[in-house]
Amino acid sequence: MTADRPAVAAATGAATIVEARDLFLSFGETPALRGASLGVRKGEIVAVMGPSGSGKSTLLHCLAGILVPDAGVVWLGGRRLDSLSDDRRSALRRDRFGFVFQSGQLVPELTAEENVALPLLLSGTRRGLAMTAARKWFPTLGLDGLGGRRSGELSGGQGQRVALARGLVARPEVLFADEPTGALDSVSGELVMDLLTAAAREHGTTVVLVTHDARVAAYADREVVVRDGKVSTLTGAKP
Amino acid sequence: MSVPLTLLGLLERGPSHGYDLKRDYDAYFGLGRPLRYSQVYATLSRLARDGKAVPGPVEQEAGPERRRYVITEAGAAEVERWLAEPVPPEPDLASELFAKVVLALMLERPADGYLDAQRAAHLQRMRELTDLKRGSDQLGVLLADHALYRLEADLRWIDHTAARLDLLARAVRQ
Repeated sequence: MTADRPAVAAATGAATIVEARDLFLSFGETPALRGASLGVRKGEIVAVMGPSGSGKSTLLHCLAGILVPDAGVVWLGGRRLDSLSDDRRSALRRDRFGFVFQSGQLVPELTAEENVALPLLLSGTRRGLAMTAARKWFPTLGLDGLGGRRSGELSGGQGQRVALARGLVARPEVLFADEPTGALDSVSGELVMDLLTAAAREHGTTVVLVTHDARVAAYADREVVVRDGKVSTLTGAKP
Repeated sequence: MSVPLTLLGLLERGPSHGYDLKRDYDAYFGLGRPLRYSQVYATLSRLARDGKAVPGPVEQEAGPERRRYVITEAGAAEVERWLAEPVPPEPDLASELFAKVVLALMLERPADGYLDAQRAAHLQRMRELTDLKRGSDQLGVLLADHALYRLEADLRWIDHTAARLDLLARAVRQ
């Protein structure tokens, strides 16, 4: 299999920042990806849709270097991700990626502010600086006065906004969001998506968003559909 | 949508000229399809004939006739009844989407390709409406949400149908 450098998107002139090419991955006997390919341009917000079990979350996990495909190549910028050691992939995830999952997965023992500061603390930022950076997100996300609360004292929507701040605090190049509104009612979900897309556009963050919800996908610049472990070639995009 | 009842509802806010009613109808409900003045005045005349509104005296001798209309008790009762009454759910049983899928299956043409194209077109419209919401007031958001939920319902049908195409193809060809 060839492992050329990622293509440059001719349509917009923006370079492809993450790219998966011909990914295959099975869990035991069960194939999850069967030749999935996807390129995402810098600053783009892409929704990955598809039925349950189609492989959309597996594709996201491969793009993010959480899973390593059995075959195929994953690029980040000009660098191969899939062939890196566990430690190097882990460092890359910490330094260049942000994550938001369906249920915030906040650390229950920490306050909301400490949760947001966590990626910075883990990458060696001094506590004072990390906490200052974390606090700046609270007014932006409508969380004023909630910084001292623990996750059990936050509503689902508030917790998810804290998780969003945590995903963005280290200014990642790519934010991976897996069903970020999946556990929220429609009004809270809409607020999270409004904030997520506004913050991503303001900071030029690339977003890969897995969702089964068309109203959430409509916030993205374009959507791709994963079916039977492959990315459907027919996709919609903003003109 | 009932234009007479909507105008009558707007009239319940207070005595109004035909011009004011047209302006507010266009702003709230016109959606780029404004009412014609002739339609507004013909409707007001019919409402007056049916005892649901009464015209006031002509306010201006020269120029176009200007008079205010006032809703009657019968008119207000009709508005109240109309607002409480559910709109008949329209199941769109004669949907073009449905016809295209069935015909494609009958003719052994690729229904999945059509469904993919329709899906992309629906999502494109949903993106436009989502963008529209960002710059809208609360009424604009409410209106865009209504359209978004309807498109979402179509999309769910599209996905559901795409997942069962083989089964449907067998049923159609029998």
